Amino acid sequence: MVISLKNIFTDAGNVTLFTARFFKEVLKPPFEIKELLRQCYVIGYKSLPLVAITGFIMGLVLTLQSRPTLVEFGAESWLPGMVALSLIREIAPVITALICAGKISSGIGAELGSMKVTEQIDAMEVSGINPYKYLVVTRVLATTMMVPLLVIFADAVGMIGGYAGINIHSDVGLFRFFAQALQNLEFIDVVPATIKTFFFGFSIGLIGCYKGYTAANGTESVGKAANSAVVAASLSIFIIDMLAVQITDLFFPI
Amino acid sequence: MQEDIHTPNNTTTPVIYVKGLYKSFGKDNHVLKGVDLVVHKGENLVVLGKSGSGKSIAIKCLVGLVVADEGEIKVFDQEISGLDNKQLNEVRVRIGFLFQNSALYDSMTVRQNLEFPLKRHSKELSSQQVNDAVTAALDSVGLVEAIDKMPSELSGGMRKRIGLARTLILNPEIILYDEPTTGLDTITSREISELILNIQKKNKTTSVIITHDMPCAKLTGDRLVILKDGVITAEGTYDELEKSDDEWVRSFFI
Repeated sequence: MVISLKNIFTDAGNVTLFTARFFKEVLKPPFEIKELLRQCYVIGYKSLPLVAITGFIMGLVLTLQSRPTLVEFGAESWLPGMVALSLIREIAPVITALICAGKISSGIGAELGSMKVTEQIDAMEVSGINPYKYLVVTRVLATTMMVPLLVIFADAVGMIGGYAGINIHSDVGLFRFFAQALQNLEFIDVVPATIKTFFFGFSIGLIGCYKGYTAANGTESVGKAANSAVVAASLSIFIIDMLAVQITDLFFPI
Repeated sequence: MQEDIHTPNNTTTPVIYVKGLYKSFGKDNHVLKGVDLVVHKGENLVVLGKSGSGKSIAIKCLVGLVVADEGEIKVFDQEISGLDNKQLNEVRVRIGFLFQNSALYDSMTVRQNLEFPLKRHSKELSSQQVNDAVTAALDSVGLVEAIDKMPSELSGGMRKRIGLARTLILNPEIILYDEPTTGLDTITSREISELILNIQKKNKTTSVIITHDMPCAKLTGDRLVILKDGVITAEGTYDELEKSDDEWVRSFFI
């Protein structure tokens, strides 16, 4: 009990130091622009199909599930607005971030973990190159920039899914659907929800890197790094979401 | 300038000086218990010892990959523990390190592996010069044809050679070999040993070779030391140690 408690505190301390090192190194030249762009491509572009499919399904299912209740109240015309609100405020950011935690965080954890185990990180260090800068800073920056873009993309695809869903039962034109959906969206629906995705992206990248970079020796630890990266990143997304929603609520009460 | 450093008449200057090196992991695992070691310029020193005797840890202390608990480590007359990151990296560039499993960056081609340290330390080089340096380094290990291959396509012996080429590209003055022949067949082992010898003759480098492969030790070592229970227990040339009075020392040569 005492040992596990000590481990928790040690881990918390190490994560804090690891994060602090990111902010220390991110502004210091030399900048690894080429590697950053490569990571953006791998993390952002390569996740597009997955995010598109899940986004479309989210929009479609959400529309179909909400419709019966609204029909019961005779408020079917609210459907586009409601779908847009739920998607943009909550569902698209969180689900997309969770998908990214599964795909990106585990990938980074496994990649850096195996680099650590096969001494590639040590090899970088002894050749006088800062491995943290090359491996961690680029990946964390890439996830911080790409996850928000993926979420916006998921918002858009989700709305198309919603349009498809609504047209299963009724006949609504594309223009009318989007006009109704956008009419219901305000600053408070869009901006705070987008801001929180930067934090999602940051924690997805940072946790993946931390787990991989600090992997112990042996191939078993590579699997462990990937696994624990997904678990910790997913959990952190929910915690950040909870904080973000409360902060938004505090500043913009209705 | 380069020629000047390597003039044979200062072969007696110690480039590596270690005194009273202690390192332990956890409370009970004392790996090094007061290692004293001097390596002279242009010399090939072989460090023998059983697996787990702390040989690898000792050379990792030399480049600051592992931080020693106690003791004095001077490389090029500079105390390693007293250097800041920048100074340490300057020393590291002058030291080549060949890892046990070669530690090639497996996401990069052989060419990119070699360019990686060179481009970051010699920014003024034109792409033609970088290209020439890469070809020259590969030529010195006899593997120019592997230039566009991925590390996963190479055999164990080839990986060792490419690893060596990657350390050679920065023209190191000291090369540390961590079990260069482990896991290779007898013929390939001999080829690697001969390559080590050739490189030392051609580039006038100082080498520390950690091994338990006796043919390799015989071929490459000017002087041998044996590490036992965390201290250096025997020292001498191959022939001297082979005829040692100590039965344990002789047991290495059977």
